[in-house]
Amino acid sequence: MKKSFMKKFAAVSMAVMMTVAMAGCGGGDNGGDGAAEFVIGGIGPTTGAAATYGEAVKNGAELAVKEINEAGGINGVQVRFEWQDDEADAEKSVNAYNTLKDKGMQMLMGTTTSGACTAVVAKTAEDNMFQLTPSGSAVEAIKGDHAFRVCFSDPNQGIGSADYLAENYAGKTVAAIYNSSDVYSAGIFEKFNAEAQAKGVKVVTAQAFTKDSAQDFTVQLQKVKESKAEIVFLPIYYQEAALILTQADKMGLDVTWFGCDGLDGVIPQLGDDAALAEGVMLLTPFAADAEDEKTQTFTAAYKEAYNGLVPTQFAADAYDAIYVIKAAAEKAGVTPDMSVSDICEAMKVAMTEITVTGVTGDMTWSADGEPTKSPKAMVIKDGTYAAL
Amino acid sequence: MNFLSYLISGISLGSVYALIALGYTMVYGIAKMLNFAHGDVIMIGGFVVFTAISSSATSPAIAIICGIAVCTLLGVIIEKIAYKPLRNATPLAVLITAIGVSYLLQNIALLVFGSASKNFPNIFKWCPDWKVTEGLTVSGVTIITIVVTVVIMIGLTLFIHYTKPGTAMQAVSEDRGAAQLMGVSVNSTISLTFAIGSALAAVASVLLCSAYPLLNPYTGAMPGIKAFVAAVFGGIGSIPGAMIGGILLGVIENLSKAYISSQLSDAIVFAVLIIILSLKPTGILGKKISEKV
Repeated sequence: MKKSFMKKFAAVSMAVMMTVAMAGCGGGDNGGDGAAEFVIGGIGPTTGAAATYGEAVKNGAELAVKEINEAGGINGVQVRFEWQDDEADAEKSVNAYNTLKDKGMQMLMGTTTSGACTAVVAKTAEDNMFQLTPSGSAVEAIKGDHAFRVCFSDPNQGIGSADYLAENYAGKTVAAIYNSSDVYSAGIFEKFNAEAQAKGVKVVTAQAFTKDSAQDFTVQLQKVKESKAEIVFLPIYYQEAALILTQADKMGLDVTWFGCDGLDGVIPQLGDDAALAEGVMLLTPFAADAEDEKTQTFTAAYKEAYNGLVPTQFAADAYDAIYVIKAAAEKAGVTPDMSVSDICEAMKVAMTEITVTGVTGDMTWSADGEPTKSPKAMVIKDGTYAAL
Repeated sequence: MNFLSYLISGISLGSVYALIALGYTMVYGIAKMLNFAHGDVIMIGGFVVFTAISSSATSPAIAIICGIAVCTLLGVIIEKIAYKPLRNATPLAVLITAIGVSYLLQNIALLVFGSASKNFPNIFKWCPDWKVTEGLTVSGVTIITIVVTVVIMIGLTLFIHYTKPGTAMQAVSEDRGAAQLMGVSVNSTISLTFAIGSALAAVASVLLCSAYPLLNPYTGAMPGIKAFVAAVFGGIGSIPGAMIGGILLGVIENLSKAYISSQLSDAIVFAVLIIILSLKPTGILGKKISEKV
């Protein structure tokens, strides 16, 4: 009994090893013989606690690649998209990057999360590999002149939010609830707080929570209630926001909610209680329910491709990222037989020259990799987004 | 006034911890192993109930029964496949297996249900909130959670002390070898323990998800760990201890959020745990283990 099990085990492990070895060969061949295709790599968490974001990025990117290939590819060359999971972990992300290089990657669309991106950007700098992150919003995530991003940086969102409140709601008292264990949330909050003080916005209380106690917000909400704030700033993701809205409703807290792009997705998250999101304001470059034609087409195509799933800002950023790569590659006139470093040199010049109209707005880039685009102020009304 | 409302929100949170802690303490008390997968069984239970409610027109009661049935079965299967072959292994090996099972369940859920958080419907809307005074309310879910936890606590205590399988459990807990010599089937007793523990997980999942309506493959992980701490707090293996530990943990967590720092609440909870354990190593209601010389 034991022996036959061992035999089977040995046979299975051999089979697995051979498959892996052969897959390795296959990948190497494709990269080696300068096949007539562009290989774009993608990295993000498709398992682990941040899997939602990685899946959205992967879906958005694959949709764009499919559309581009159907329309004839980049410079008439087909695109192959290779994806690796990194579980939002910096070390695993570097491993994923190395795997993608083995598979012949020429440009990197990634990584999805800020922490991992900061680690990988050092590696792409060494290799002089062109990198465009859809959603790595921390400042350090695009260190080096070879790296660019599609999303806003965290400081920009914080400053933008404070400016918006100073302009439109001067004299109102503001409270903030943020996730101090999350780079995105804490990054936005810090800049928001500094800018708010400079612009004379009264921040009466700032309440933090951490990812380990992100279920019960009654204490934070009670503090907000005591502070008599009229506006509550939520630079957090929609999952926690949904819980906060539900719990605030139970406590009878009557305030105006204001958030950033992370809040997109809060309506479906609330399910039967979607009415609680009424009147929530958010500054976001993308809203799935926006009325403009480009967003509508993208949302419809995304829903069709992924069983009715509504695209989030991550999916939109990744979708735009692939089109940005296409625009820059066409501007630079790169071809698949060029070396990775040559492609990067040509691409990084082209990036500063192009203007892309994507689902997340009109974008241009500066040489430091930051996008210029304007967030739209939206308010949730009758279960959908309306421009303010 | 404010203090009262912080206290009440702490008790609400603590009652959920207490309910989960009952499952931990039950399995530890009898099988003498830490079932770290308990939190993830809760998550699976939540998904089963969620699927039953949302996919067809099942009434919540039937959905809960489905959840309990699936979790019980799952608990027994996990015990048979993962823990039984290690009955005579070192406790450390079993502990690591339990952590492995925990990750396995999380990743299976990730594959089957996807990573996006689901909105769990509140199935206890029929229970009205209790308005203590103006601006001070106790939600219906909290009342139900406390009632259910107390009922389960009393039920379990009675079961262990006054029924035959319960006595067998006590015997297995006391001395496995001797119990076997006396004709107690150790394997079926431990299976029964896991079945009950997992059924409790299903009940906990419904109340946890109704109180905090966010359901994803990681929903059970953090409450599971906190509940484990609560069980240790109250004295692991002691059923009333789990209840006291859970409530205390919730209250300490929320009061430290309110009066010290909302960021440091977890650090403070664990600091209190360390102090209590250094004064009373077996927890608040833990049994004293007399060492034979």
